[in-house]
Amino acid sequence: MKKLKYNLTVKPGTTTQYKTGGWRTYKPVVDHEACIGCGMCSKVCPEGVCFSTGQKNSKGRVFYDRDLDYCKGCGLCAKHCPVKCIKMVEDYK
Amino acid sequence: MKNNKKQIVEGSHAVAEVIKNCQVDVISAYPITPQTHIVEDLERMKAEGKADFEYIRADSEFAAASIVLGASATGVRTYTATCSQGLLLMTEVLFCIAGLRLPIVLTCANRAVSAPISIWNDQQDAVTLRDSGWLQLYGETNQEVVDLHILAYKLAESMMLPVMVNMDGFVLTHTYEPIEISKESVIKKYLPKYKPPQNTILDVNNPRSLGDFAAPDVYMEIRQELHEDVLSSKKQITKLAQELKKIFGRSIGDNGLFESYKLNDADIVLVAMGSVCGTIKEVIDNQRGKGQKVGLLKVISLRPFPDEEIVEALKKAKYIAVLDKSISMGSEGVLAIDLKRAAYTKLKAKIQSFIIGLGGRDVTEKMIIKIINSVKKQDNKIQFIGE
Repeated sequence: MKKLKYNLTVKPGTTTQYKTGGWRTYKPVVDHEACIGCGMCSKVCPEGVCFSTGQKNSKGRVFYDRDLDYCKGCGLCAKHCPVKCIKMVEDYK
Repeated sequence: MKNNKKQIVEGSHAVAEVIKNCQVDVISAYPITPQTHIVEDLERMKAEGKADFEYIRADSEFAAASIVLGASATGVRTYTATCSQGLLLMTEVLFCIAGLRLPIVLTCANRAVSAPISIWNDQQDAVTLRDSGWLQLYGETNQEVVDLHILAYKLAESMMLPVMVNMDGFVLTHTYEPIEISKESVIKKYLPKYKPPQNTILDVNNPRSLGDFAAPDVYMEIRQELHEDVLSSKKQITKLAQELKKIFGRSIGDNGLFESYKLNDADIVLVAMGSVCGTIKEVIDNQRGKGQKVGLLKVISLRPFPDEEIVEALKKAKYIAVLDKSISMGSEGVLAIDLKRAAYTKLKAKIQSFIIGLGGRDVTEKMIIKIINSVKKQDNKIQFIGE
């Protein structure tokens, strides 16, 4: 029986192993002090990677952040943030 | 004639019978002239309860090829048949089948390709797919075609490569000849049940993906492996042809790869594939009677192309005329191109490409004599011999 060097049938891929965040060019950086915790970013995020950290800043606001393992850097959160506390910066790897 | 197990049947029917006897599990096809009788017969066997296989009617050749691809990926023996436009419609899937290393067997009832539309025989359809990774075998007689199918399954499953068995449309498919169709019980001795390699099949209890993305870091190696396995299938064909001879008592050419006919002392050698070789042999016998040293090299395996073996068989020839029922437009006959490549720096003989029998033009003895006479001339240009 022929045994191939490369098995062409593989276990189905899963994003628990493959971190799709590697595709991005820009990454969002959230200014935790300026964030008002409105949650707009989590509502517009197409990847669902914006989340409430549950921590409070010095003004007593619960601030948000991103799961950079899966954020593809589309910049929608920065565009929609009412207080403009998210900056898109080039992501060098 | 007590021991004569031959029966007079149509080529297509013989192919259908032998496919049933090869214990195929899944068949899917779309009818196209001149392949139709093969799949009609298979459907009839199923409808009359004489066969166990699943027969899936497809809505096109593209679907038929896709169905056998999927079925084969679950680890069962599969079959399809087509030709001409149907084969070309399958093209995308056929490259996938070879790339996915699925051991599917396909019968191509060789027919010309449009346009202009022609339902008659030439070999343009199959040779056009020579770069796909499919192994391609060409039969001269219906007996040879039947035996090639038995060999094809064993070859496909031992190499994990798909095999296309070619038979000339009408000339073979619709012709009644005395044929011995081996019984299931005998075929079983040669061709055991198909056991796919471990962890390669699609199974709901052990989910795997097939046809995955290959990034630039592995794609090239996977394609190289396919190429090397097509090359090494040459040895396997020789081995399987010997085994076939032992069990069935019938041989396929000299070695499963080609047949030499009166080659030993031949100055002029004709090289061809398929049913036209019968006519060529007739002409050779007649010309030899007139003192002309002519021989034939019948190519059975176009892919893999047996380079060294063919060069060895042709080393004494002075003039080689390659007869193709196909053409690579703007270049030469496909067999001629392959032969010239194999002969490069190794043969001194003049090799000339002759195009014959396109779109069902009958190839007569007169045409073959004309080729024998013109190959000795200085001119080395491709020639169309139509009358």
